[in-house]
Amino acid sequence: MLTFLVRRLMQLIPVVFGVSLIVFLMIHVIPGDPAQLIAGPDATPEDVEVVRTSLGLDRPLPVQYLSFVGKALTGDLGMSFRTGRPVTEEIGARYGNTLALGLVAMAFGTLVGLAVGIVTAVFRGGWIDNTVLGISLLGISVPPFFLGILLMLLFSVELNWLPLTGMGSWQNFVLPSLTLGIPNVAVIARITRANLVEVLQQDYVRTAQAKGLPGTVVVLRHALRNALIPVVTVVGLQMGYLLGGAVVTETVFAWPGIGRLLIQSISSRDFPMVQASVLMLALTFVLINLISDILYRLVDPRIEIK
Amino acid sequence: MSAHTQDYAPRELDTSLPLPLAEEEAAAPRSRLQRQWSQFRRSKLALPGAVIVIVFILLAIAAPVLAPWDPYENNLMDMLVPPSWAHPFGTDELGRDILSRILYGARLSMVEGLFSVGLAMIVGVPFGMLAAYVGGRTDTVLMRIIDVLLAFPGVLLAIVIVSILGASLINAMIAVAIYTMPIFARLARGSTLSVKQEPYIEACRAVGMTHSRILFRHILPNIASTLWVMAALRVSLAILTASSLSFLGLGAQPPSPEWGAMLATGRNYMLIAPHVALFPGAAIVLLVLGLNLLQDGLRMALDPKMAER
Repeated sequence: MLTFLVRRLMQLIPVVFGVSLIVFLMIHVIPGDPAQLIAGPDATPEDVEVVRTSLGLDRPLPVQYLSFVGKALTGDLGMSFRTGRPVTEEIGARYGNTLALGLVAMAFGTLVGLAVGIVTAVFRGGWIDNTVLGISLLGISVPPFFLGILLMLLFSVELNWLPLTGMGSWQNFVLPSLTLGIPNVAVIARITRANLVEVLQQDYVRTAQAKGLPGTVVVLRHALRNALIPVVTVVGLQMGYLLGGAVVTETVFAWPGIGRLLIQSISSRDFPMVQASVLMLALTFVLINLISDILYRLVDPRIEIK
Repeated sequence: MSAHTQDYAPRELDTSLPLPLAEEEAAAPRSRLQRQWSQFRRSKLALPGAVIVIVFILLAIAAPVLAPWDPYENNLMDMLVPPSWAHPFGTDELGRDILSRILYGARLSMVEGLFSVGLAMIVGVPFGMLAAYVGGRTDTVLMRIIDVLLAFPGVLLAIVIVSILGASLINAMIAVAIYTMPIFARLARGSTLSVKQEPYIEACRAVGMTHSRILFRHILPNIASTLWVMAALRVSLAILTASSLSFLGLGAQPPSPEWGAMLATGRNYMLIAPHVALFPGAAIVLLVLGLNLLQDGLRMALDPKMAER
């Protein structure tokens, strides 16, 4: 396990390096002069030069990159062009909101997905199975921004049960996490069903049935345990896609998270904020992948540690 | 890309066709195409999917003939009119006919799907094949680049690229292509690795073929079916991603009748005129659903692993 951990952490180094390099280069590859961009459209050439030297934008790129990483490690990701305050303040305030939404959506997607997967595997080939298959095909075909609008139209506009946008009470969580979680239900249900069907055909399950154990015990205690192993990886991967999907969902529901901040910052050309949001989302994803890899090794002792 | 893989496909066809068998079993499907067709039909939903997709393609081609109104013409006397005989899908906030805009938008969706996935394949497939074929340090370096690109969750990589290039439909499509590229690179690498072990590749090398000939005339045709199945899946995802970007204001700009962009403006009138958002949304769902159903049949027909079952 220790060798695996070390090896896995070593693999992270080039990835984190690459991600930070891309994020750093963002501000340098956009058309136009970064110093001019920071100084603002009305700045005089002298002002631009002052900005350039004070921020070190006249130094060679590798030096600038090292200083960017050095500052980032101490929690300094620059000042927002828009507010003039450190970007980490705003990021910190919103990061939790994105994470909370992601976790609620994930919990919903996993629980419902598992339940649906189990039911369809047990009644495979029957009408329940086919109906669910049809619905899940529809589920993955609806773009999240449209799903969000449909849910708003139904539950907020027509039925007036739930608030339209914003964040405050638990009711605000319902529609965004449904929007984010429904595609996950389809994915997790499919993978659970496929694995459970395979496990249910194995000899030890037949033995369990033959010795007269009730069906629920066979399925839930014997078969499900082994069927769950690949699901763990998928749940980890899906959490990553939730982070990406959060950008769209947060925009639809005006959710004060990092995703919406990112889109707002792109349109107001607030590049330090864009850099910081992208960096946070990507690093969170890398971390989640690491955790799900470790969990995968923990739940399945059969996996060889190479 | 599509030109040369298609050129080589028949070559591989001929060699793999078991001729004597075809004579013995007259009842069995004879040509490879027929065999693939019967595999395709095993997926019950593939044919409806194909019909939906073909209808959308025809609508996109015939949009100028079919559209009852000019998709860009404002008519401030007829703003946000609900569906009627004159405007079957109603009009939007500038009085433009939504049906006409959806028909023209179908063209944009086709372009989004084909251009993004085509570009992703042109770059990604040689990338992955080269990594697997050369191996060693080249493989490690190339795959680390892919790992970095995959470290951005979901559409985030596409958003990063658009924020650099600037918001426009063509940039959104390039962004979707770059976001899709790693998937093809990984798939091509994996398939090439397994084909590379085959004795006939060794034979190719023994008779002194050049590496590029082995790669493009002997390995590529053998991994092509796996790549096509993935391409079919990715076209629907590319359409979803490109329209998501347009919805976020990072893709097609007004007055373009792109479906995601139409939904974004429709959202503002949700309370008074829900039809402005509902029709473009329904169009996306229907097209993507058709593509997903079709993809299931293509997997049955083209994926060798599925054929064995």
